[in-house]
Amino acid sequence: MEVTSIQNGVIIDHVSAGQSLTVLEYLKIDPADTRLALIMNTTSHRFGSKDIIKIETERRLDLDVLGFVAPQATVDIVHGGVIVDKVKPGLPNRLINVINCKNPRCVTTTEPGIDQLFHLSHREPAEYRCDYCDEKAKI
Amino acid sequence: MSVERFADHIFPSSPATSRSEDLKGTSVVTLDDISTAQITELLHKARYIDTHRARVAHTCDGRVLATLFYEPSTRTRLSFETAMLRLGGQVIGFAGAQLSSASKGESISDTLKTVSNYVDVVAMRHPKEGAALVASRAASVPVINAGDGGHMHPTQTLADLATLQSRFDRITDLTIGLCGDLTFGRTVHSLIETLCRFGHVRFVLISPDELTMPQYVLDRIDANPTCSYTEVSDLVDVIGDLDVLYMTRVQKERFFNEDDYLRLRDTYILDEAKLKLAKPSMAVLHPLPRVNEIAVDVDSDPRAAYFEQVKNGMLMRMALESSVVGDALPGYESQVKKEVRV
Repeated sequence: MEVTSIQNGVIIDHVSAGQSLTVLEYLKIDPADTRLALIMNTTSHRFGSKDIIKIETERRLDLDVLGFVAPQATVDIVHGGVIVDKVKPGLPNRLINVINCKNPRCVTTTEPGIDQLFHLSHREPAEYRCDYCDEKAKI
Repeated sequence: MSVERFADHIFPSSPATSRSEDLKGTSVVTLDDISTAQITELLHKARYIDTHRARVAHTCDGRVLATLFYEPSTRTRLSFETAMLRLGGQVIGFAGAQLSSASKGESISDTLKTVSNYVDVVAMRHPKEGAALVASRAASVPVINAGDGGHMHPTQTLADLATLQSRFDRITDLTIGLCGDLTFGRTVHSLIETLCRFGHVRFVLISPDELTMPQYVLDRIDANPTCSYTEVSDLVDVIGDLDVLYMTRVQKERFFNEDDYLRLRDTYILDEAKLKLAKPSMAVLHPLPRVNEIAVDVDSDPRAAYFEQVKNGMLMRMALESSVVGDALPGYESQVKKEVRV
């Protein structure tokens, strides 16, 4: 199997093994219309195993979303076939319309047209709570 | 407790705190929206209102309060309405979603955008958690949360604090027992969280194993080194140590089986026999309505403070309503400013 290098895009490394499809879903990247390569369950010195995602795209990644869904990931920015920057996303303080509140008593289940808002309530272990009802996020 | 809030407590006379006592235009969705200095100022105002009823009777002349109650309420709605009427203002509103355009499918946001054009302040109760936050963001006038489902009920906590203040002339340096359903009782969670912002409170948490205090509330107590807690299951063992006993109802439906409920039910009922073991100065609080958790014969005991809580609730709502619309109480001098001068 040969995976060619990307010319312009991103390499998301250190994704937890088996999570790369979830990461793509949260980043709203459709594998059906995007040139990308997934390397799943490969060896990692740091984590034992990991996924790697290479995406050929001019689009900017939402690093907040990536930091939420894969906080241990690193991102290489590629231009002209060369890595020009490395980014470590980290946990975002706020999530806007990334996840939905699962609390059936939350106002977000009935009120039309409002954003789904979560805030980081605890860093270690990571915990997000709904701005409206304070329910812990279930991911 | 956040660094900012801790500073409010430690440096109550700092210039930033003095400025922040002005609540004009502020929505109160949770008590976290207001500083400890602002809460202290509301307590001072409530006491002033109680002793100057005639003088404050026209404070809010020309103002209109909307009470938007999407679910039934006796005390809270009447308390909000009476508060505005006693300040000279007027009241409009509805009591029940079936009486509003919500029955036609109107959103909270649209209702608040509409009502904002009519009134100076809104008090809203809604069954959905977070509804008050939605309302406050849509409204162009201050919104006071009168209860959003099982989430927040900030003015109940203000009533509780005012009752402690009136009984003990302080809200700190107290041993406070909270008894009954500590898992689901939003009033006890809110009271503990608010008291932890002031500090110097010893909590005694009295509940069956099935209904203990959630960990996040215990964490909040632990976060303030001046506060502490003990967890016990028998009220009789600890009642003699308490300055305050805050009762809540143990509901049958919270138990996995009826035998456990029947076994524990009487343990958490306060009667004269148990009260004999308490300090003569202890205050008994309850958010009401009660069912059977406080025997009726306790009502005539001077330690029963739960109907005083109702009065204090109205006084605090008077203080809050006049503050958020920006109407100064005639003759009232800010106690926070006075402390700064001293």
